Amino acid sequence: MTTRDITLIALFAALTAVMAIFPPVTLPLLPVPITAQSLGVMLAGGVLGAKRGGLAILLLLVLVAMGLPLLSGGRGGLSVFFGPTSGFLLGWLVAAFAIGWMTEKFWDGLSFVSATLICVTGGIVVMYAIGIPGISLVAGVPLSKAFMGSVAFIPGDIVKALISAAVMVTVKKSYPIIGQTHGAA
Amino acid sequence: MLTDLYISGDSPLHRARPAWKLVLLFLFCTLLFVVTHPVMLAIGLVTIALGYAVAGLGPRAAYTAIRPAFFVLAIIFAAQLWLETLWLAIYVTLRLFALLMAAALVTYTTRASEFTEGLLALLSRAPSWVPKAKIALAISLVWRFIPMIRAQFDEVREAQRARGLDRNMLALVVPLVVRTLKTADEVAEAITARSLD
Repeated sequence: MTTRDITLIALFAALTAVMAIFPPVTLPLLPVPITAQSLGVMLAGGVLGAKRGGLAILLLLVLVAMGLPLLSGGRGGLSVFFGPTSGFLLGWLVAAFAIGWMTEKFWDGLSFVSATLICVTGGIVVMYAIGIPGISLVAGVPLSKAFMGSVAFIPGDIVKALISAAVMVTVKKSYPIIGQTHGAA
Repeated sequence: MLTDLYISGDSPLHRARPAWKLVLLFLFCTLLFVVTHPVMLAIGLVTIALGYAVAGLGPRAAYTAIRPAFFVLAIIFAAQLWLETLWLAIYVTLRLFALLMAAALVTYTTRASEFTEGLLALLSRAPSWVPKAKIALAISLVWRFIPMIRAQFDEVREAQRARGLDRNMLALVVPLVVRTLKTADEVAEAITARSLD
């Protein structure tokens, strides 16, 4: 880990925190507003790669646990790790790592389509696979019901996967971080 | 600026070591989950009420703690009522309420800087393969970067508003990410120039 790696990790932890104050986007016909924060999770993996992206999200979660209100809606502190959405916070960590890993794997031929697939797999499939059992465990409801309750968020997450993929492809062209020889700059 | 959720005070709970508070919180939550008996829950709720009283936190602080979770608690109550019995719905909801209140109590009575100090103290005793200096650097950098990126985000949003694009997520995110990556290079160079590496 070079100093530059540490700086990148800290910057993406901060970036994901700042995304909590992005203007929420509401899709027509859907009651659920989309907050940008899980976009930060996808970007951390997709721009920094598996190791640095995962560490960036871990760093953010450590600061949240210390009592900084860095999650959307000004939430923070230890109680968020006991609430029903705590599974999704763990899911963020795994999703950032998974997206980073896949992005590194498919880096050479990365296109908008493959980047979108990566973000959907990591940011939706992996995230919900961890988040939904979390809801079920904390709230004491069966998995199927927890799943039904989460379905409303999936369209918003697809929009975020598309945005994240577009950013990943743009960054690859203009300012690539993954695939550099180590210790450059 | 970046502020934590700490509410100042001088109670025994405020003065206790963060590590002890964390251990107690962990024990409390485990007990509530392992011993599924209404008496245990009642004891837990009374303990929390006492804790808030000792810390000098009024109903206002307690309400602030639970307000973000209110909606979720209501949904859980409704789901339980629909799937199980009224009795179980009350039990599960109250238990979650107790967990959230207990965790919030620790957060309210502990400064983020105290947690940082505790973490660093823990790190100083960690085995040598743990990159202590790098972890400390990363934590202190985030403290500095959050207000900075927030300011950059405001700049980007102002610029895109002039173009009528301030509701367009892509137009906000791309410049912000590229700026962030440029900042990383500059900051890393500055740190290396001061030979911290």
